[in-house]
Amino acid sequence: MSVLKLPPYASPLEKAWRVTYLVICAAILLFLIAPILIVIPLSFNAEPYFTFTRKMLSFDPAGYSMRWYDQILTFGMAAPGAPRNASWWLDVWENAKWVEAAQNSVIIGVSATLLATVLGTTAALGLSRPDMPFRRAIMGLLISPMIVPLIITATGLFFFYSETGLAHTYLGIIMAHATLGIPFVIITVTATLVGFDHSLTRAAANLGAPPPLIFFKVILPLILPGVISGALFAFVTSFDEVVVVLFVAGYDQQTLPRQMWNGIREQISPTILAVATILVIFSVALLATVELLRRRSERLRGLSPG
Amino acid sequence: MTDAAIEIPRYQLTAADGTPLKLAMARATRRARLRAFALVLPLLVFVVVTFAVPIGQMLYRSVHNDQFSAHMPNLVAFFAADETKGVPGEEGFAALAKDLDLSREERSIGEVGTRINYEIAGTRSLFTSAGRKASKLEPPYKEAILALDKQWGDPELWNVMRRASSPHTLSFYLAALDLQYDKSGAIVSAPEDRRIYVPLFIRTLWLSGLIAGLCLLLGFPVAHLLATLPLRYSNLLMIFVLLPFWTSLLVRTTSWMVLLQSQGVVNDILVSLGIVGESGRIQMMYNEAGTIIAMTHILLPFMILPLYSVMKTIPPRYYRAALSLGATPWTAFWKVYFPQTVPGIGAGVLLVFILAIGYYITPALVGGASGQLISNLIAFHMQKSLNWSLAAALATLLLAGVILLYWLYDRLVGIDNMKLG
Repeated sequence: MSVLKLPPYASPLEKAWRVTYLVICAAILLFLIAPILIVIPLSFNAEPYFTFTRKMLSFDPAGYSMRWYDQILTFGMAAPGAPRNASWWLDVWENAKWVEAAQNSVIIGVSATLLATVLGTTAALGLSRPDMPFRRAIMGLLISPMIVPLIITATGLFFFYSETGLAHTYLGIIMAHATLGIPFVIITVTATLVGFDHSLTRAAANLGAPPPLIFFKVILPLILPGVISGALFAFVTSFDEVVVVLFVAGYDQQTLPRQMWNGIREQISPTILAVATILVIFSVALLATVELLRRRSERLRGLSPG
Repeated sequence: MTDAAIEIPRYQLTAADGTPLKLAMARATRRARLRAFALVLPLLVFVVVTFAVPIGQMLYRSVHNDQFSAHMPNLVAFFAADETKGVPGEEGFAALAKDLDLSREERSIGEVGTRINYEIAGTRSLFTSAGRKASKLEPPYKEAILALDKQWGDPELWNVMRRASSPHTLSFYLAALDLQYDKSGAIVSAPEDRRIYVPLFIRTLWLSGLIAGLCLLLGFPVAHLLATLPLRYSNLLMIFVLLPFWTSLLVRTTSWMVLLQSQGVVNDILVSLGIVGESGRIQMMYNEAGTIIAMTHILLPFMILPLYSVMKTIPPRYYRAALSLGATPWTAFWKVYFPQTVPGIGAGVLLVFILAIGYYITPALVGGASGQLISNLIAFHMQKSLNWSLAAALATLLLAGVILLYWLYDRLVGIDNMKLG
């Protein structure tokens, strides 16, 4: 194996250390990934247990089932036992708790992401200009929602929202989530702008393009990979956020992480594992998208191909 | 050439429109600064409204509490006029009787009692029961009120009411630091069995430090491997680091709950390998161990990524040069390679530490009683005990610590250099 390659003069001790080192690294990588992968087979458990049953270990089909995935759809439905036709699916769409939570999460996530991306990208353009005044202080303030513990943000928002009437509203949650997502947009977009060639905008202005046209036709296509990965970070932040939701959302404003939180605290059932599996697949898709964008961005900016 | 052109002094450079160049430059710079600022302004306003103002409001609430003073106007006036401490005479009791009656009518007597209850446990019911009988009280009020309950003659109760009659107070900070006023009004530390918060702050710092240390221990070899392997291998292994980073926090916490349960996968493996007996299943969750294991896993990518980006820039030829000059591999690593990784270690440890001291979700789910951090107690006071001022005071103390670390991070690493993925 080439990873084991050592110079021919390496002593047996060095070879032994190299092997030990690789084993240690493999163990740590396993520690990183195993907890995430373990939920996938367990979510197909036919029994309501959180461990591998004897039947599962012997790969007996009877040990596996889709019942917990079915439960995601039926939990909270008006008539889960009805024949599965169009009206059954309508019932799922309107009443199932997990489906409703997912709808809320998507609505809040998409709105918060749009808000964060538009405001964050504009601000990043200003922040990366050389003549920006108070750059360091403003940057510090704008990044701080990422650093300040969520419980503090949530406490502050609880007081503020209950006085301004934004508590228990979608607008309140969306604004809070946008604030939490903004640091990610700023970091990724300013990073993309570092390699930006400003003679391009000057050339466009010289050729008579007004500023909006320059932005949409010259700047935006070049920084788009950074903008999209910032937006994805902002979306994930909102999609995964539960502390602020617990503090400022109304009882009927369930989101996916809040529903999971309730599920874990009340009676943890393997349905949670089925939801977790779906979310893991979702994050694999996100990771792949971000990785593709990063490579594209590096190609666009003429950096070495990833 | 006309005369007008000659009149311009030869040494002053001008712009196209005739204004002196210096002035035109200053104007252009100012306009550029304004333009840059105008781009940032909408976001700045947004963040100030949704983030800075709420936090400022929380800071204010930690020193401002009018639960008592807003509902007891007569007593407030009495305390302002009369400076003597301890149990007052008839006049003070008359004011109390009037206020009790008033506050019962407003249905705010519970709130008033709660405020005093924060400082003397068990006094809430003293106020509510006195409130119920307040309308029937007859002069002389002192005797009448003392007849209701002897505790009304306690000088400490009156001292607390006197302090609560001002809406501005430091008593929540004192409580958050396990301090209290003694009978003479001096600040002393609370009795040993009632010190909760300082030990919890210490535990939060200690656990965060331990988690940062564990992350460094686990993250260093992996980051080194990723930085030194050929790109096609390291890109593949990077998935192992980035996938946890992108996976929902609740999913990762759930996985650890599944793994660490006493009937969970880890214990099952240990039992089937014969390491522990069926009856000796290890309790790895709902205690400190659960918090440490799960948080180390969750925060590990935040250590590996900064370490990796620093290690990537270290040229391997320095290490090889040290070897060819006769250093042993250990000396070459420790004296040549390791010192160059220190910026990455600083960035990673600080980042993990900052994130760890404010953690709430994971300790709440897997921490049990002994694995709770300060955030969990803030949430408890916000949602269960409803002592919001104390929650705000605790949050402010935590915030002060985080800001200090954030400032340190900015000085050492620079927030501009923060990298994601």
